[in-house]
Parts: sequence; structure tokens; C-alpha cells
Amino acid sequence: MRKHQIELQINGKAIAREIEPRLSLTDFLRGEQGLSGTHIGCEHGVCGACSILLDGVPIRSCLMLAVQADGHALTTVEGLTQDDGSPGLLQAAFQDAHGMQCGYCTPGMIISAQALLVDNDDPSLEQIKDAIGGNICRCTGYVQVIESIQLAASRMREAHL
Amino acid sequence: MVRTDGSMKAAKFDYIQAATVDEVVDALAKGDGEAIVIAGGQTLMPMLSMRLARPETVIDINRIAELSGIEVASAANGDEVVIKACTRQAAALASDIIQTQLPLLAKAIAYVGHQQTRNRGTVGGSLSHADPASEIPLTALTMDAYVRLRSVAGTRDVAMVDYFLGPMMTARADNEILLSVHFPTAQTGVRTGTAFHEVSELRGDFAVVAAAAVIELDGAGTSTKVALGIGGADGVPKRITELEEKLRGGRIDPGGIHAALGEIADALSPGGDQHAGAAYRRRVAAVLGERALLEALAEAERA
Ligand code: FES
Ligand code: FES
Repeated sequence: MRKHQIELQINGKAIAREIEPRLSLTDFLRGEQGLSGTHIGCEHGVCGACSILLDGVPIRSCLMLAVQADGHALTTVEGLTQDDGSPGLLQAAFQDAHGMQCGYCTPGMIISAQALLVDNDDPSLEQIKDAIGGNICRCTGYVQVIESIQLAASRMREAHL
Repeated sequence: MVRTDGSMKAAKFDYIQAATVDEVVDALAKGDGEAIVIAGGQTLMPMLSMRLARPETVIDINRIAELSGIEVASAANGDEVVIKACTRQAAALASDIIQTQLPLLAKAIAYVGHQQTRNRGTVGGSLSHADPASEIPLTALTMDAYVRLRSVAGTRDVAMVDYFLGPMMTARADNEILLSVHFPTAQTGVRTGTAFHEVSELRGDFAVVAAAAVIELDGAGTSTKVALGIGGADGVPKRITELEEKLRGGRIDPGGIHAALGEIADALSPGGDQHAGAAYRRRVAAVLGERALLEALAEAERA
């Protein structure tokens, strides 16, 4: 079973690595890159905890082989902090509006919300629900997750004014 | 939990990143049943991770340009819309061609998956996986679409009625790749109405039961075509042909649709699972079938 050389960008950093093709992208990020912010919930594509951005669009990293990420640019939840490492806009909003309890689903929620807010800083409730429809949370009942995203959106709008 | 090389979930396989369809069919032929194509990975990846699938070779088709895109082509009986197999579901959802030329597919695709799965999941992948409750296969069947398959031996077209053989089983052989799906577009001069309905536990999840309908009327209001497809209530998506025949060829009145609903239950043999029992599926199939037909009729009358 031949190993494959991959070259990709993760959170703006160029990475080159030789890997076995059967390695999932989630395991590559967590195990090989130490980026444990991307969570593993179900490992078969139903919970959304492993969501990341692939060339700017959200995907489930447990449903992709690491070898398939060759040549792509990935953003994980670690890539959404501010330059000094302090919480980014969505992360701060989740903190301030209590958008998490155990925090297991949070990276996936933040990735989905990021994908939404990038094109739309004034989403409707329906649009928010649709955006996080693929992310399961067993704690919050979603209300505070939605409020966190609304808070982040309102801060974005203020910043744009 | 941080995994290292020693505890990978999938069994070992060789990986080929194919650049052309020729390369894919050669590798499939060489694999002799032990090679498998990966497109969006939305159903194959879980199967690999759980070792339900243990192929010797995985052939990646994501970088084959000729396998992606949506276009209008002319065919023997008028125009058709061709969706290449590796076209992402997100691209189909955003496609102007689908919005304007294939209204039923446009309605159905709005129910497919979540943003994370649509961004990777492909149209050809849904058709290859052939889940009996899945929206794209049901729509393809209801619209009399066909798929184009290719192996080293050549290319063949298979109509949807002959394509679905059972749950997750299709007429595609192990050595074939699905190249594209072809949807006939509506003829000019006919008034067409379409509708799609489903019941699911969560929007974007698989349907428990789904119904898709197409009705075409001529200038005098006579129905020239009636198609009703039901998903999730049998081993394959099913056309309710007896009911279609009863309704075709005359003016359809809503009461006539109601009177023919027994045909839906008779045509289906649903199974029960943790999501819903057989009796529930049968009943919901009739309710959604009626709703879809009434809505398609109303739309055709307005057209
Ligand atoms: S871990 Fe990927 S969807 Fe659950
Ligand atoms: S905060 Fe616990 S799963 Fe969402």
C-alpha cells in the first residue's frame, strides 16, 4: 500500500506530508497536525462536529480522505481566532451568548456559522437554522447557538458601519 | 482521542487519483470487483471507516474535469439536461439550468442534505448509492431520466425503470462507472406542473417517505402525462403506474385523484425500521402522493 505525498494549506500555513491513503482528513488534522479543535463525534457523517472549511466551503472532514485534500486550502476552528490567538468574532460571540455547554459540537457550529456569515451578515432565523441543520448539539437545545450567531452577525454589521 | 497511524479505521487500500475516465475504467477492469470509485465520499467514507467496504483499490474521480458540469444537449426526442456524475449537489442546487429546465429536480434538490454534505456529495454518487428514500434517484425515476454507464467494453444507457434493483443495488456492474444522468426537458406547447413532498425527521436528513409528481396538460386541459414516484416505501423508488394510467388521457379532477389513491398502497411493500413502521409509510405515501398530484395539477392548470 503505497504512501502518498500531499501538499496543502492549513489555516494559511503550507504543509507537506507523506500519508497512507486510508487516513481520514479528521484523523490527519487531529493526529498528524495536532489540531484537536476539529472534533470527532460520530465518524460517519451525521453529527457535523468534524466540519471544516475546504477552499472556503464547509464540509465534513470525517467524510474525506486526507489524500484528497492535496492541493486544497483548509480552515479549521483554530484558523478562526484573531492573529494574536485570542477568540475570533464567532468564538467570542459563542462565549458571550453562552452558545455552548459541553462544547463538543461547537467547532462544527462555528465553521457552519462562519460559512453563512461570510456572505451574509444579516441572516434570517431560517437561514441560520438551515446553516446549522447539519450540526447536532446534545446540550443546548440550539437556542443559545442561534443567539450566538445572531450576536456575531450584529457585531459584524456594526463593524461594517 | 488522538489517533496515530496504527489505529486507522479503514482497511488498507491502494489509492489512484484518476485524471481521465479511461484511467478509471482500466483500473476498474484491473480491479476485478475489488476496486471502487470514490466521488464525494458521503456514503463510501462511512462504509470504509466501518469496514463494511474493504476494497483493494479506491479510484478518486474528483479531479476529472469531464465528469463535472451541467449542460443542455439535444437528444432523439427533444432536448435533455445532462448532469455529469461528479457534479456537486451544491452546484446542482445553484444551477440556473436546473432551476429553469427541470423544475421537479429543482424542488427535490432543496431537500438534499446539509450544506456540508452538498458541498462534497455528488449527483452521480446519490444515483450510485441508490438509497430507496433518496431524493435524486426518486426524481430521476419520476422524470424518466436515464444514466450513461461506461466500462472498458464501451458505453451503455440504462433507463431509470431498469436501473434500481433493490436497496443500494443498481444495474451498474462493478466494472462500470456512472458517467452522467440525462433528464428530458419539458416539450414546448405543453403545460407542466410538478411537486415534491417528503417527511423526514430533520430537514436535510433522508426522507422517511417522499413523493414526486409531474402532470402535463394539453391546450384543452387533457392530461397527456401523469407521473407519480414514491420513495422510502419499498426497496426501490417506485412509480405508481396503475394510478398514472387511470389519470392519463382525460381531464383530471381532484376527486379522481382521491379515488385512485388505493393504487398507491397496493403498489408498495414498505418495510419497517427504527424511523417508521410499514403501515405508517404506506399511509404517508398515499397522503404525500395525493398532495404532490394536486399541487402538480394546480401548477399545470396555471401554466
Ligand atoms: S464526526 Fe464527522 S459528521 Fe460526525
Ligand atoms: S454544547 Fe454539548 S453538544 Fe453542543
